[in-house]
Amino acid sequence: MTENNGNNVNTPVAAEPGVIQDHFDLFQTDTYQDLFEYKRQFEGAHSKEEVARIAEWTKTWDYREKNFERKALTVNPAKACQPLGSLFVAAGFEGTLPYSHGSQGCVAYFRTHLTRNFKEPFQAVSSSMTEDAAVFGGLNNMVDGLANSYTLYKPKMIALCTTCMAEVIGDDLGAFIQTSKDRGSIPQDFPVPYAHTPSFVGSHITGYDNMLKGILDCLTKDKKQETTNGKYNFNLGFDPYIGNIRELKRILQLFEIDYTVLSDNADAFDSPNTGEFKMYNGLTNLEDAADSINAEGTFFFQKYTTPKTQNYIEKEWGQETFNFRPFGIRGTDEFLTKLSEITGKPVPQELVEERGRAVDAMTDSQAWIHGKRVALYGDPDHVFGLVNFLLELGAEPVHIVVTNSNPEFEQELKAVLDASPYGKDATIWGKKDLWHMRSLLFTEPVDLLIGNSYGKYLWRDTHTPLVRIGYPIFDRHHMHRYETLGYKGVLNLHNWIVNTILDELDRQTIIPAKTDISFDLIR
Amino acid sequence: MRQIAFYGKGGIGKSTTSQNTIAALSESLRVMIVGCDPKADSTRLMLHCKAQTTILHLAAERGSVEDLELEEVLLNGYNNVRCVESGGPEPGVGCAGRGIITAINFLEEEGAYEDIDLVSYDVLGDVVCGGFAMPIREGKAQEIYIVTSGEMMAMYAANNIARGILKYAHSGGVRLGGLICNSRKVDKEVELIEALAEKLGTQMIHFVPRDNVVQRAELRRMTVIEYEPDHPQADEYRALARKIENNTNLVIPTPISMDELEQLLVDFGIMDSDAEYQKAIEADKKAAAV
Repeated sequence: MTENNGNNVNTPVAAEPGVIQDHFDLFQTDTYQDLFEYKRQFEGAHSKEEVARIAEWTKTWDYREKNFERKALTVNPAKACQPLGSLFVAAGFEGTLPYSHGSQGCVAYFRTHLTRNFKEPFQAVSSSMTEDAAVFGGLNNMVDGLANSYTLYKPKMIALCTTCMAEVIGDDLGAFIQTSKDRGSIPQDFPVPYAHTPSFVGSHITGYDNMLKGILDCLTKDKKQETTNGKYNFNLGFDPYIGNIRELKRILQLFEIDYTVLSDNADAFDSPNTGEFKMYNGLTNLEDAADSINAEGTFFFQKYTTPKTQNYIEKEWGQETFNFRPFGIRGTDEFLTKLSEITGKPVPQELVEERGRAVDAMTDSQAWIHGKRVALYGDPDHVFGLVNFLLELGAEPVHIVVTNSNPEFEQELKAVLDASPYGKDATIWGKKDLWHMRSLLFTEPVDLLIGNSYGKYLWRDTHTPLVRIGYPIFDRHHMHRYETLGYKGVLNLHNWIVNTILDELDRQTIIPAKTDISFDLIR
Repeated sequence: MRQIAFYGKGGIGKSTTSQNTIAALSESLRVMIVGCDPKADSTRLMLHCKAQTTILHLAAERGSVEDLELEEVLLNGYNNVRCVESGGPEPGVGCAGRGIITAINFLEEEGAYEDIDLVSYDVLGDVVCGGFAMPIREGKAQEIYIVTSGEMMAMYAANNIARGILKYAHSGGVRLGGLICNSRKVDKEVELIEALAEKLGTQMIHFVPRDNVVQRAELRRMTVIEYEPDHPQADEYRALARKIENNTNLVIPTPISMDELEQLLVDFGIMDSDAEYQKAIEADKKAAAV
């Protein structure tokens, strides 16, 4: 440990007044380096040799076994908490203000999380609960909160979800909202759907499901008609690629299907910069959402994100529901075949050609991707779509980590893996986290890692090249604007995957006169 | 499906009364008991065992309530009454109220409420936090029965519970079904509870007399209905069960202030009036001076 020798380090000053150094350079200057060294004594830091020794040990099988015995601790889970999903889905409805019943800190976190991924402002409000609310309940906060939100922001709907504090003290949202209406905070007929979304239960996909069900339940009350409206509803689940909503709508238009996207948040997370601020950008209008109860059927693209909503639509609405995953070639084929079946129309020529181009692209890069060992992580349905696509490419999924997993999903994915010669080495690691993944990557290395931005720490430690596909992606821009759905989505996924492999190949062959014999211009 | 809940001060004989009543109800209905007491004794007389596997106990063992199967915690008791206990944390730690919320959510998600005519919640003591109000939220128990006796503290508790119900009555559909007087052989008990019931705007739905057969049955972890079905006490519970089954007198309670409650007790000679109290204190002082 560093000794405290009494030599206080001076506060750093800028080298040149008026010139602001970038932190990349600034922190490498002597003043800062001295400061860091000086700080070590207060941090109880171990010697650099000891740190290096332990770091080496974490790469071993011995450590891996200890790591997998871990019970009470989670390190870097590949999931977020319920209200995030609630706010995300609520943002897709017309004039809807997402409202988090809890402290300001909670809603600030969700807003930041969404903003960092989409690089887009995100509006959501809270009940500003503090200690007195924790003791006396959050009723007064909600009465005032709803009144303020309604008056200041003039929404058409307020979608309300809870946080841990409100859930632990047991606030009854249904009663609170009614009391707020009785006290005149908002008009009696103003829609305030709600969902109980404790962060300590489930994950962001659970919250998505709860809020969507709450919204549909609220809007469709007494709207059931004798006859159907001839439309189909489509729900994409917690899908961070807003390009997917747009691609879906394009496909549906090519088929001339009358549709309602349940939670169309494409513009909420990608609004055009026209110089004028528009607060509400949800594209699913409330009348359409209310009429969704009279549709012919509802398509769900994320079976394990929306089980409750799907069950609700089947049981309460008596409506037919379908699960499709239009990702990869086969997934898209199956979806388009279904659309063809319900419309009685052949698959449009435009899409047939797109399929041809996607398949062409896959064969072009076949040599580079075939047989590559891949580790990946993310939400159940996201992983399901990716695994299917990887198998189509002849890549071999090896480590599959799904923190918010469930047995039914694991069974379904296992069947897919077992049915392919490329899936035989795969292990599904349900409920495991990224620190488990780190051990897996060290002990059984792979060629490629697919995941969100948090994967960069694994890339740093294990040097496994990272393809950023998932949510959140904080450290690369514009990824969310692209589509991963349909044949066009195949091209994007394929592009990101194969070019990461080729980038890595260049990196591996870059040493002059040593490895650059393979530093080829043409790959 | 009807959903009812029994509330009342701890130690009043609430679980005993509720289980005996449920045993009688089970003669004509398919019933489920949801015990919402960390002590987990709301189903003991049905299952003939002291503490069954509770939802929270198992959840703590497994790490998460999501890892449980319904069959593990939903047991069949006397006369096919379905029994489940929420359980709770150890005394002095954690949050029992959250435990109740977790347990009831689990039951709803797992479909425990299917194929049942009547659900009965047995809730400990006062409504001390939001969690203990869970059974009376919208969509849950619509009728509350307060078990009380002619003792002062039991009546305090009954009035407090009525306040809790009032809070939820206007937003949800919860109503007070009546007071059940579980006799402690206090003087003028019937009159007293009837007077309290009147003030609360409700009824004393039944007066359950005290009988040692209840304790004898309890020793054998049985209800009287099971232990001595022909005993007059069993018929008392059956009478209560019928009254609950046919009860239409469901009201929004009108809880009274502490002063009113104390006045009631003074009127019935349970408590001395303020004047009497002052007199007694004065007398004590005089005695001490001498």
